[in-house]
Amino acid sequence: MTGTDTIIATPGTAAAALLAARDVLKYFGDDRRPVLEHVSVQLNEGEFVALLGPSGSGKSTLLRILAGLMEPSSGEVLVHGSPLEGPNPSVAIVFQSFALFPWLDVLQNVELGLLAMDVSDDERRRRALEAIDLIGLDGFEEAFPKELSGGMKQRVGFARALVVQPEVLFMDEPFSALDVLTAENLRSELRDLWLAKTMPTKAVVMVTHNIDEAVSLADRILVFGANPGHIRVELKGLSQSDRSEKSAPRARLVELIYRIMTNPEDDAIAIVEQSLQGRTWPAVARDSARTTGARARRYQVLPEVSIDDLTGLVQYLGGIGGHAAVQDLARDLQMRADDLLAIVEATDLLGFGALHERQVALTPIGARFADAELDEEKAIFRSQALDHIALLHHIVRDLETAPTHTLDAERVIDELEHSFSGEEARRQFETAVDWGRYAELFTYDDSSGELTLDEEHTLRRR
Amino acid sequence: MAQPIIPVRAPSTGGEPSEPPRSPPTPRWIDALMLCVLAAVAYGIMRAAAEWRAPLSPNVRVSLAARQLPSYAGLSTLRMAIAYLLSLAFGIAYARIAAGSRAAERLMMPLLDILQSVPILSFMPGVVLGLAALFPGRTLGLEIAAIILIFTSQAWNLAFSFHQSLLTMPRELSEAAAVYRLGFWRRFTRLELPFGAISLIANSMMSWAGGWFFLMASEQFTLGSSNLRLPGLGSYLAAAADAGDTHALALGLGTLVFVIVMLDQLIWRPLVAWSDRFKIEQSGGDAPESRLLDALRGSAMLEWVSSRVTRPLARALDRKLGSAARTEPRTSPKRHDLRTRLTVWVPAVAVLVLVIWGAIATIGALAGMARSDWQLVVVSAAATFLRTTIALVLAAAWTIPVGVAIGTNPRWARRAQPLVQITASVPATAVFPVLLLALLSLPGGLNIAAVALMLLGTQWYLLFNVIAGAMAIPADLREVAATYRITGWRRWKTLILPAIFPYLVTGMITATGGAWNASVVSEYVTFAGRKESTIGLGSLIAQAAERSDFRLLLAGTLVMAAIVIASNRLGWRRLYALAEARYRLG
Repeated sequence: MTGTDTIIATPGTAAAALLAARDVLKYFGDDRRPVLEHVSVQLNEGEFVALLGPSGSGKSTLLRILAGLMEPSSGEVLVHGSPLEGPNPSVAIVFQSFALFPWLDVLQNVELGLLAMDVSDDERRRRALEAIDLIGLDGFEEAFPKELSGGMKQRVGFARALVVQPEVLFMDEPFSALDVLTAENLRSELRDLWLAKTMPTKAVVMVTHNIDEAVSLADRILVFGANPGHIRVELKGLSQSDRSEKSAPRARLVELIYRIMTNPEDDAIAIVEQSLQGRTWPAVARDSARTTGARARRYQVLPEVSIDDLTGLVQYLGGIGGHAAVQDLARDLQMRADDLLAIVEATDLLGFGALHERQVALTPIGARFADAELDEEKAIFRSQALDHIALLHHIVRDLETAPTHTLDAERVIDELEHSFSGEEARRQFETAVDWGRYAELFTYDDSSGELTLDEEHTLRRR
Repeated sequence: MAQPIIPVRAPSTGGEPSEPPRSPPTPRWIDALMLCVLAAVAYGIMRAAAEWRAPLSPNVRVSLAARQLPSYAGLSTLRMAIAYLLSLAFGIAYARIAAGSRAAERLMMPLLDILQSVPILSFMPGVVLGLAALFPGRTLGLEIAAIILIFTSQAWNLAFSFHQSLLTMPRELSEAAAVYRLGFWRRFTRLELPFGAISLIANSMMSWAGGWFFLMASEQFTLGSSNLRLPGLGSYLAAAADAGDTHALALGLGTLVFVIVMLDQLIWRPLVAWSDRFKIEQSGGDAPESRLLDALRGSAMLEWVSSRVTRPLARALDRKLGSAARTEPRTSPKRHDLRTRLTVWVPAVAVLVLVIWGAIATIGALAGMARSDWQLVVVSAAATFLRTTIALVLAAAWTIPVGVAIGTNPRWARRAQPLVQITASVPATAVFPVLLLALLSLPGGLNIAAVALMLLGTQWYLLFNVIAGAMAIPADLREVAATYRITGWRRWKTLILPAIFPYLVTGMITATGGAWNASVVSEYVTFAGRKESTIGLGSLIAQAAERSDFRLLLAGTLVMAAIVIASNRLGWRRLYALAEARYRLG
């Protein structure tokens, strides 16, 4: 750890940036809420930047805007200072799903990157074979993608990207479709290639939801928040010597990011300042979206969590004494960080658990919930949901006042769209329906799109 | 309509030993065979060209001699092939343009839906008249008219299929093409065409089946008093039926079945096996096989042609078109906007003007139609509606039990499949004369024959879909039913009918359109020199066409198209949405 107190200069000053986005905003279709709001980033030579955040925070959208695959609704993208139009010629992308053409063999897939360039057939072949060699695919030249394992497929993806000698390499969750060991292996090979400067690439941008991955690879980490997508904070990465598995600075940085991500509504800088007991971590407040675009939100953001995961986690915590560190939980349950955090957030919202100092601890009501039989469990869940979840409370209230005790789903979603983007509003509704059905607050007929009050458990009867 | 011979694979039973790998046959016979095929095709085209230049004479006699059959079959197949290639090019281009811009898509896809629902034969009098005028005194005009008729029975589903492929392209593949700047041509050849290939081939087989259905209608036209004929298998069958010559009829039918089976073995089966490489899901599973394809792969001649001619040609084309796309100057955003707007709006306005003009002309024509004529149209529509409904109900009544029996029983499936496929591939219209021979003397004979033709034309869609649906019922669901002793009607109600429902609806959508289209050829017939008719919309259209009563023809055509579109939109598609939402398994 460098231990400096300096705060990195606000982005947008250096003219030598390879690639920059200025005040980018993105709407999809007729959404009333953007998926990405007022985002500015800049990419400098020699940097490895990670875009980290929960799903729906717009990090993949930003990557596609920077690659010129999507146009921003407002704002602009600059390549070496001049505005970008169409696909960005200095960029190659490694995709999460590999995006290999199944009807082309490995060599042809790698050559694909060179097709649009003015190189002779022999030159193209030579360079493709070189890239295949570099990435460790020798002997697989004639194989078709369906014959390859996931790791080998992604190697082809890397070879196809590197063969064009891109100035900037983009990676969209490149390791998340692979099993743990394969991912680790590919990650370390990539790190070696990058550090040895064997590839001509000047900078790398990686989208990920994996905190460990970001910390072990990136020189700079941009943490995204959702609804609308924005950059909450920018953190300096670790120095090479601090990146080893066991180092103390690494553990501190991972924990810091956990804290930031588990408190999506809080000011990230404040978390940075208080969490390191006096020591500051180089960080830049990037929360501009929240301050400038802040709107009153009527409802909390419900994490997309199933009832089984929620009750499962509470019962698991109950079984191991009522509390655990988030990191240990992620390891023991073999869960992805963002999935686990979503469940922790849901237990927090419902008042079953509290997150404090990277520890989740059950509340007394949470402990009762963990031990309860099914009927009691449902009763506890019902009362917690009505007390803590504004959306469920409002739905039940509206159902009670409606003369037929029914409600049109589209009306609820319409109202949610004042607070969320179209797709997110639908997700919020679906999660609320899932929770509300379990709590026996109402029934829902998907084909007619109608919510009906469950007369037994009305607000009035409580 | 006839069914293509689609290989529906019987579910393989677990312990069956797999076939030993075949050794590739010696390349010599395949090369010799290919030379023969080439020579035959070249000779056929020369013969046909001579035929096309021939002067047009009304009331051409079609010889019923058996030795004429090979050349007749060749001529019909050539017409089909030309129409098919045009359809394929049209379908791909139309879909590509429609997928290119939102505005174009909004205009073009509904238009395609309407075109698909218009009864094809209504077009014919106008087209034949126009072309006959274009090529006065020569057969060429008539040939083109025949090809256009076949084209209209082949093109629409190809366009729909390719459009669907373009829409369902995985996003990351499309993004990879953009990131590596493949450009229009390379994107089209490397990504879009391969991705759509499997569905295009499946639909090509459907298109050929649709083409055979109109084989007879495309080779003889009655215009006013003159009776125009083209030499071919269709006119041979018609002449044989006219003469009441059962021997010639049987010979013609046999030849037709032979041609269809040969095309399946020599063209479609190898193509299906070859296209397996374009499968997107990257799992194993058993791949379709073709002995001929294996043999072709070993052919020295093909290898030579491929390495000396086609591959260098493709490479040169790729360089030329690929670089042309790349060097296209980049315009500034504003001019780009203006240009795209112009390219979208100018054709859109032109089409709109045409549509408005057409609508005004149509209304003008229809406004002058007598009240009694309108009554006739409504009564005829009701009669045909009744007939199509009876045909569909009958088809469902026998195909559901039989299809389920075949689909749930692997042993039956293996035995019945080839038989059913060959039977289904015979176009119903070709069998129609035989039906007429048998039924016309009965009271209400044509009525029964018309329903029978609709049944013949549509039942296979249902049967194949029901078989596919029954085969898709998961074994564990069947085991659950067995464990809880759910049998008899309960088993049908809780398991089988819901499971095959989506498939049944899919079959019904195609069958409805087919049944209405069949009415034009079945409700009014010229048979053995006599004219027979029964009341119905198809009969109305056919007679109006023959009398050149364009007003009535227009009214009948519009009403039929409207009924087909309405029943799809209001009936089947809603059921389909329900089926997708509730009954789709897995």
